[in-house]
Amino acid sequence: MFIKRLPKFTYHTPSTIDEAIELLVRYNGHAKVLAGGTDLLVAMKKRSVIPSHIVNLKTIPGLSGITVTGEGVTIGSLTTVAEIEKSPLIKENFKPLWDAAKVMASPQIRTLATIGGNLVSAVPSADLAPPLMVMAATAHIKGPSGERVCPVDHLFAGPSTTALKPSEILTHITIPLQNGRGIYLKLMRRAALDLAIVGVAVSLTVKEDNICQDAKIGLGAVAPTPIRAYKAEREIIGNMVTEEVAQKVADTASRECAPITDIRATEDYRRSMVRTLTKRAIMNLWEGNR
Amino acid sequence: MTNLVPLNITVNGIEYRLYIEPNITLVDLLREKLGLTGTKKSCNEGECGACTVLMEGRPVASCMVLAIDADNKKIITIEGLAEGEKLHPLQEAFIKYGGIQCGFCTPGMILSAKALLDENPDPTPYEVRRAISGNLCRCTGYQQIVDSVLKAADMIKGNQV
Ligand SMILES: Cc1cc2nc3c(=O)[nH]c(=O)nc-3n(C[C@H](O)[C@H](O)[C@H](O)COP(=O)(O)OP(=O)(O)OC[C@H]3O[C@@H](n4cnc5c(N)ncnc54)[C@H](O)[C@@H]3O)c2cc1C
Ligand code: FES
Ligand code: FES
Repeated sequence: MFIKRLPKFTYHTPSTIDEAIELLVRYNGHAKVLAGGTDLLVAMKKRSVIPSHIVNLKTIPGLSGITVTGEGVTIGSLTTVAEIEKSPLIKENFKPLWDAAKVMASPQIRTLATIGGNLVSAVPSADLAPPLMVMAATAHIKGPSGERVCPVDHLFAGPSTTALKPSEILTHITIPLQNGRGIYLKLMRRAALDLAIVGVAVSLTVKEDNICQDAKIGLGAVAPTPIRAYKAEREIIGNMVTEEVAQKVADTASRECAPITDIRATEDYRRSMVRTLTKRAIMNLWEGNR
Repeated sequence: MTNLVPLNITVNGIEYRLYIEPNITLVDLLREKLGLTGTKKSCNEGECGACTVLMEGRPVASCMVLAIDADNKKIITIEGLAEGEKLHPLQEAFIKYGGIQCGFCTPGMILSAKALLDENPDPTPYEVRRAISGNLCRCTGYQQIVDSVLKAADMIKGNQV
């Protein structure tokens, strides 16, 4: 569509989460919450979503910011990708998330885009998802019947679908303190402003004797949702980390994922790049460890 | 169904109090309601950077912002850079070092560059490239733009000494 004006809607500015939930319940499926708007406005311009009510979350205080707690870090759902990219705390302690923030979209999108919007949009290539999965992050959700938690691993139900009900709001993400080290590698067709052809997050905990105590691998853009590569993880946990093991893990990950061929890459290419990036990520973390 | 909503917005230091439809974007407000056509609109979906303005000092794609979401915010557009006849160093450098050809990307480029220099007065060429990574230019091949931003950084530092 050439003109791409936004469809009409009624605009709401709740001042509390409960008020926002009440609006979502009242307009039952006809309302959408607005965070940064970088997914929602595109979808509305294309008329793939036509909400009659927009509920702006940004008028609710307390939903944004990065806070250290005894157990780790709490990131409000409205925290922007730019804030994550600028946070020394995230860079030093939760590096996969920082890696992903840095290569997401463009500066003028990162100023707007939020972590909550990235997760709730739930596209297979969502850059922040694999990092949060490998760091065992938890999503905190509030709805008409109260609060609940959901591991980010279980948040995605299908392409553009999450475990959230239409009347629920993602309030914040918590990430526990990390024992090991992690990384996120993203393959793009160009150096910026591109969705991932393949995204690979790895977190490894390796002991002094070079035995891998824990490993988590998260993959983006190679299945209907971001996924964990559990089989590949089992190839390395409890084993000595060597280049051969890294290769085996990478081979398993490339078989375990379920990519499609689309305009951006073929299935074969994606599998092959999962292999390359998984091995590269493990080698990078392991070499950094020695 | 659409009701007008009140908007209080400061653009280039001038405060506007308006009533607007909630479904207009910031770029359309600037161009069509305020007549500030320096800000360009091309892709209208966040991809090209032509509509880049500064909101509270940070670069945003104004086609991806609801105008009403800029309520109580400060916006800087390309019209807000020159002081009377005196161009901003970035504008001067773009003219002098070939950073501008057809000019369509230039307002957005200059605001992305301003966001960088405001935060980092002494950037490396790599940092300049990262800062303009959300701005497409079909004319210059980018090198002259990077050069212009680096020269502008020198000019600004020189002026401050
Ligand atoms: C040019 C461009 C480039 C992009 N590049 C990338 C990229 O490289 N990688 C990438 O992963 N993404 C990319 N995106 C997509 C988008 O920027 C991100 O997914 C972003 O994080 C979305 O966040 P938002 O705050 O803008 O979400 P919004 O658009 O505000 O919301 C997205 C959806 O989530 C819902 N929602 C938002 N917050 C909540 C909440 N707290 N609780 C419940 N529901 C909520 C909204 O109702 C909406 O349905 C790009 C987008 C554009 C326009
Ligand atoms: S017109 Fe806004 S980014 Fe292209
Ligand atoms: S000068 Fe023509 S698009 Fe950049």
